[in-house]
Amino acid sequence: MRVARLASEIDFAGWRSAARSLRAEGVEPRAVVWTVERELFDQEPADAARQTPGFTVPAAFVGLAEQVILNRAPDRLALLYRILWRLEHEPRLIDNPADPDMTRARDMAKAVSRAAHKMKAFIRFRRLEDAKTESYAAWFQPAHRVTEAVAPFFARRFTNMDWTILTPDACVAWDRERLTVSEGVDPADAPSEDAQEDLWRTYYASIFNPARLNPKQMRQEMPKRYWRNLPEAALIPHMIETAQERASAMVASTPRQPSERVLKAALRHARDASYEGAIPKRLSEVAAGVNLCRRCELWRDATQGVPGEGAEHAPLMFVGEQPGDQEDLSGHPFVGPAGRMFDKALAEAGVPRDRTFVTNAVKHFKHELRGKRRLHKTPDRGEVMSCRWWLDAERRLLRPRVVVMLGATAALGVIGEPTPIAANRGKPLRLSDREQGLVTYHPSFLLRLPDETKKAQAYAAFVADLRQAGRLAGIVT
Amino acid sequence: MAVLDLRRKLAILSDAAKYDASCASSGAEKRNSIGGRGIGSTEGMGICHAYAPDGRCISLLKILLTNFCIYDCAYCINRVSSNTPRARFSVKEVVDLTLSFYKRNYIEGLFLSSGVIRTGDYTMEEMVRVAKALRLDHDFRGYIHLKLIPEASPELTAQAGLYADRVSINIELPRDDSLKALAPEKDPTDIKRAMGRMRLAIDEHAEPARKAGRRTFARGQSTQLIVGADSARDGDILARSANLYGAYRLGRVFYSAFSPIPDSSQRLPSMRPPLLREHRLYQADWLMRFYGFTQPEIIAEGEDLDLAVDPKTSWALRHRGRFPVDVHTADKEMLLRVPGLGAKTVERILAARRMTRLTLDDLKRVGAVLKRAKAFLITADWTPGALVDQESLKARFVQPRQLSLF
Repeated sequence: MRVARLASEIDFAGWRSAARSLRAEGVEPRAVVWTVERELFDQEPADAARQTPGFTVPAAFVGLAEQVILNRAPDRLALLYRILWRLEHEPRLIDNPADPDMTRARDMAKAVSRAAHKMKAFIRFRRLEDAKTESYAAWFQPAHRVTEAVAPFFARRFTNMDWTILTPDACVAWDRERLTVSEGVDPADAPSEDAQEDLWRTYYASIFNPARLNPKQMRQEMPKRYWRNLPEAALIPHMIETAQERASAMVASTPRQPSERVLKAALRHARDASYEGAIPKRLSEVAAGVNLCRRCELWRDATQGVPGEGAEHAPLMFVGEQPGDQEDLSGHPFVGPAGRMFDKALAEAGVPRDRTFVTNAVKHFKHELRGKRRLHKTPDRGEVMSCRWWLDAERRLLRPRVVVMLGATAALGVIGEPTPIAANRGKPLRLSDREQGLVTYHPSFLLRLPDETKKAQAYAAFVADLRQAGRLAGIVT
Repeated sequence: MAVLDLRRKLAILSDAAKYDASCASSGAEKRNSIGGRGIGSTEGMGICHAYAPDGRCISLLKILLTNFCIYDCAYCINRVSSNTPRARFSVKEVVDLTLSFYKRNYIEGLFLSSGVIRTGDYTMEEMVRVAKALRLDHDFRGYIHLKLIPEASPELTAQAGLYADRVSINIELPRDDSLKALAPEKDPTDIKRAMGRMRLAIDEHAEPARKAGRRTFARGQSTQLIVGADSARDGDILARSANLYGAYRLGRVFYSAFSPIPDSSQRLPSMRPPLLREHRLYQADWLMRFYGFTQPEIIAEGEDLDLAVDPKTSWALRHRGRFPVDVHTADKEMLLRVPGLGAKTVERILAARRMTRLTLDDLKRVGAVLKRAKAFLITADWTPGALVDQESLKARFVQPRQLSLF
């Protein structure tokens, strides 16, 4: 039988060097007894000094072992050595979550990490009134030996204040520059009550909703073992006791009639959602109306209606299909990828942007969800027809000389019947006494073309169409 | 009006804030106070510093700046027509209270909301002043969540994003028409537009912030839907959530069972909160976010979730033809659909099956809930045989006692 001695319960370096020699010597796990003996440790650690041939272990094992050693379970050291021993012949053991030793180690590590998390959560600092600088102290009993491991967290968080954490295992202190670890103390050394705790208890009592009483859930997350150090815990029994009564009283109480004054104010505030009160007389009325429009169902899943934008008396109007993701979010037309391609082509065609007006045949974004993405969906005929109310209003108020229809949906919205793009591209057509029409591609069609040569050709044709439109409108020479 | 002391104000303004389910403090980028002038850190995972007897996590100082409000939302305790006692904090009071609680390790940070006083802009400006003072005057690096006032100007909401880790706007009512009936001053389009703007701003700041390696803007937004105050069915609620996740990339949608309030409105009398329904909605929400389910697969619009079994089991019972699946050969997507297997358990199964044939005991060790999973799985030592086709299968999963509802 071999006895391996560690300097402290959490002496990982000591465990590591002892385990290393033991395995190198081929000492089987069941032949080792692990003990912690602080006093005796002054002696030379028997085998550590001797050179032992190195061997490698998976990196994940070291991380796991560092956690497990903090567990209070007496068999943790033997378990770790057993896993180390087995790793020699089963190097993939570490990756097998179903192995009983691995399961036990993982459970121990999990308990440690939970204890560390709860320590971060349930420490309650108390201000030390007699201290010269702003200083705080807390008394705590961690479920496992995590005090030293957790201390750096508090140093990162409470960097610019002096604090001490006292536990039965160890104490740590921070002086705004470095951490100092010292021996554990007993509960008698706990700091005395802090006046702020009264306010904290007030908050704790008020944030509780008695109609949702669920003490089991509370105890699961905040086990009773921590209660004695929580100033708010003293309130719990009374809160639970009176909850039912408080909730029942609320349910049973008679709803109150609101005062006349309030009703009148509410009426005044209530917004009028009717959008067809009058035929819009200004473009700003179209913009407001589009947002309230319920002519089809598209408003429901869209963010907002996106009205047209541009120069007040622009001679040249562009009609696209519908807003896309970016347009829907921002409320402005032609700002997404297709909009950027349109702007580029417009500049190449020499058409001044400030003499144009851009809008869409359909004012709300039609889409379907694919995972968390919103994918464009072509509006159907009914939706295009419903939305003509707004497109017609925009044409009537703007009085453009030329209307360019970008794609089939735009053509349907302007002309009112299906018009194939390829066959009609670039041919001016008469829309009314004063308006000429021109159909061309939709910029997103150009973006989608996979073949680079075809894409370049279509783009050139698109630019040419824009230039022709500019000439017809008299803004390109 | 008598001057209220701080303790009384705190009681009123935290009581008024408790109907907001969100108390999450995770998702901020890692930062701490090393090298700073003040205190505070966020290290990714949020911390619950206490639990109230309702089982809810207390992570943040969740308060209203004021519960005076010019609106009259029927479901809200703070509506203008309510008899609830009123109070208002000063900016300094909120800042001092936050720091004082934080230093004692009671909280992760501040969650500030407010009733709307005077105008949306005025209210938003006051809230931004609190966050700005914490960040700039005190170099506070803890967590800040600000509620946005949808009617406030885009400039002010953008400022809120500068100082907050997360912002949120509560939609509250899943159906736009019920919003109109129960919250006449609120406009669903205002809310959606504000969320849209916020998503664009968050997207725009994400890349520069990654490069700079520090926070420059809020990392995410969330919202809350009240369950049971209007006629919306579970399918409608989930469709709304799916839409919100897709359109605005919300980090979370919170569901809050409509809860009795002390001074209820005639339009919406108090009732006991539908807690089980809320629980099922959270389960369904998780299926959409982490298990690859779409809303129509879980439940159609106009329909309600089965309260008797969880939505994943319910789906499996409706698709028995796809079971049982063999733990050794099924792909990840299918394993995620097996009742009783969580996402972590599935990862462990995938790792373990590379080395060994898995038994029921193995599955139990990696975290499977065998009671539910057994009927749908084939392992090295188990096959459910005709179990999966039995009429009475569902009865095996129905617990005779449900969650205690009250």
